[in-house]
Amino acid sequence: MMNTMVHVEVPAADRGPAADRAIKVVARGVNVHYGEKHALHDVDLDIPERAVTALIGPSGCGKSTFLRCLNRMNDTIPVARVTGRIEIDGHDIHDPELDVVQLRARVGMVFQKPNPFPKSVYENVAYGPRIHGLARTKGELDEIVVSSLRRAGLYEEVKDRLADSGTGLSGGQQQRLCIARAIAVSPEVILMDEPCSALDPIATAKIEELMDELRENFTIIIVTHSMQQAARVSQRTAFFHLGSLVEEGPTETIFTTPKDRRTLDYITGRFG
Amino acid sequence: MTLLYFATLLSLVAAGYYFGRSRAAAVSQAALHSRPAYHGAFVAIAVLLPMLAVFAVGVPLAQRLAEAQAVNAFDPALAGDELRRGAVLRDIVAVAAGRFSGEPSAALQRAAETYRSLRSWSDALLIAGGLAFGLLAIAFGLRSLSARFRARNHVERFVTVVLFACASVAVLTTVGIVFSVLFETLRFFERVSPVEFLFGLHWSPQTAIRADQAGSSGAFGIIPLVAGTLLITTIAILVAGPIGLFSAIYLAEYASPRFRAIVKPILEILAGIPTVVLGFFAALTLAPWIRDSGGLLGLNVASESALAAGIVMGMMIIPFISSLSDDVINAVPQSLRDGSYAMGATRSETVKKVILPAAFAGIVSAFMLAISRAVGETMIVVMAAGLAANLTFNPLEAVTTFTVQIKTILVGDQEFDSAKTLAAFALGFVLFFFTLTLNVIALQIVKRYREQYD
Repeated sequence: MMNTMVHVEVPAADRGPAADRAIKVVARGVNVHYGEKHALHDVDLDIPERAVTALIGPSGCGKSTFLRCLNRMNDTIPVARVTGRIEIDGHDIHDPELDVVQLRARVGMVFQKPNPFPKSVYENVAYGPRIHGLARTKGELDEIVVSSLRRAGLYEEVKDRLADSGTGLSGGQQQRLCIARAIAVSPEVILMDEPCSALDPIATAKIEELMDELRENFTIIIVTHSMQQAARVSQRTAFFHLGSLVEEGPTETIFTTPKDRRTLDYITGRFG
Repeated sequence: MTLLYFATLLSLVAAGYYFGRSRAAAVSQAALHSRPAYHGAFVAIAVLLPMLAVFAVGVPLAQRLAEAQAVNAFDPALAGDELRRGAVLRDIVAVAAGRFSGEPSAALQRAAETYRSLRSWSDALLIAGGLAFGLLAIAFGLRSLSARFRARNHVERFVTVVLFACASVAVLTTVGIVFSVLFETLRFFERVSPVEFLFGLHWSPQTAIRADQAGSSGAFGIIPLVAGTLLITTIAILVAGPIGLFSAIYLAEYASPRFRAIVKPILEILAGIPTVVLGFFAALTLAPWIRDSGGLLGLNVASESALAAGIVMGMMIIPFISSLSDDVINAVPQSLRDGSYAMGATRSETVKKVILPAAFAGIVSAFMLAISRAVGETMIVVMAAGLAANLTFNPLEAVTTFTVQIKTILVGDQEFDSAKTLAAFALGFVLFFFTLTLNVIALQIVKRYREQYD
């Protein structure tokens, strides 16, 4: 049995059980319908703070749909209907008192395809702070932009090109620019929807390194197709299949001793 | 005769295609370079081209020859007299066709007989020649067919040439129009100096036809027309710009798909209203209303005001701006919207800071297109703007435009060597130059600011 498995090495420091960390996001009975299609069935999931949680599963399994529930991006799709309860720090994100704008300032998102705005590198990062009024002076804004670019590991590469268009950067740089843009508003949670699927291996390695640094300050939830990536970057893993959450737990457990037959089949490459 | 020739041509082309294809199909398929249909097409083209050439050369040649012989038979002395020769020729053709009214003279009868027999001979000759060429071409085409013959390459080259020729027609038409206007403009500048034309402050194109006529000195300064055109265009853009752009934003970003599916076609119907009808509306409804409401406010409004013409012209160009802007806004990738919404931006922030900058180039070109439509628009201003060439920027007064003056000058019987008539061409040339400049600027802006999305 063991020889059919993906070989995974999990650093000793990451092996702490989830119970050690406070729970940041709680999902209970989350269902999503796209028109007639029932895309997500009764998902219950706890996501610990300051850790990377990976959502894995075959295409169309609902992992991206679940991710988009967490910052209510499904609101922008007219036919989508989300039911159930999702809490961040104990507050319901569907609470009518809570504005979706405030929610998204706390829950940032990075997309599958790098999507920098057709503006300069500087303006891309300054976009969030400007719309949320986070900087009172030009100096403060400069500081936010530079520190966000630094934390995204991009500053050294673009410091002489801050005025050039963000769309002129390479794919990997664009994706790190999008990460810088997301962290510029100091969110608590960062959602990443297959952030490396459009990138080459070297750019991917940089983003993964970055995630490892960012988890000191942020709660990161990543959807990925690559099981190796999930094993490398995450502390917890949740496996989705056909719109249901099959199993979740510490990454090491999921990849070595999964409880469910379907999880085992998926991580050993029998389908997916 | 023409019908018969083309029937022959078509049947030979069809025969060529059929024989070519079946000949190639009979060869072993594995060794064949081109598919059988290409061989058929090759033979068909080999028939088509020489037969068309025979017709194109032969028909005018035969016509010319028959006419010369017929006139010669009537009276050899006529050859030099272009006017009388034309008249006699018309009679001869009429007699030959049996459409002559009255009793033709003996000489005319004789000439018509010559004409008729020459025409029937040449017709027979043409068809025989075409047939011979066509059959030769089939024979030649079939002989050159072989398994290794590259029929596909020849057919592809023929297709390329045909497509190129079609593309050239559009370009050459433009060039031809420019030159025809340019030459008349140069003739105009022989009579009126370009400096007076371009910088003169008075426009009054009535010139004296006879020396004893009074009161029409003729003044050809286009500044009042420039002012009038710009005034009306500015009003039109002030009306159509915000309405068009904002309705495009609403349709593209805010409206439900159902609302959009209903409203967008309706908006485009506005573009289909004939400008003559819009002109009625301007002249009979809007202009009197503006005059009356101006009167209530104590303003003195002319019954043909620039304001009325400008507003209605604005209504005309709203669909251009809204429809084109709507298309460019829709072309902005959804990923940019998602990116902005995920940052916690509202809809209007997203529109203002992401969508409009990304669609900027396209929106500018929509505006430019709308402006050149407005500048070149004729019917609305003819009906609503008036003829008086006032040099004013007051929208409540009557002004006139380039297009109105061109129309006024050229309506009715004209002699094409007076400064007045030629002035229309000079105006047309300036107008053309203006819209050309606008288009070039728009293209530059689009090139400069276009964002590439894959």
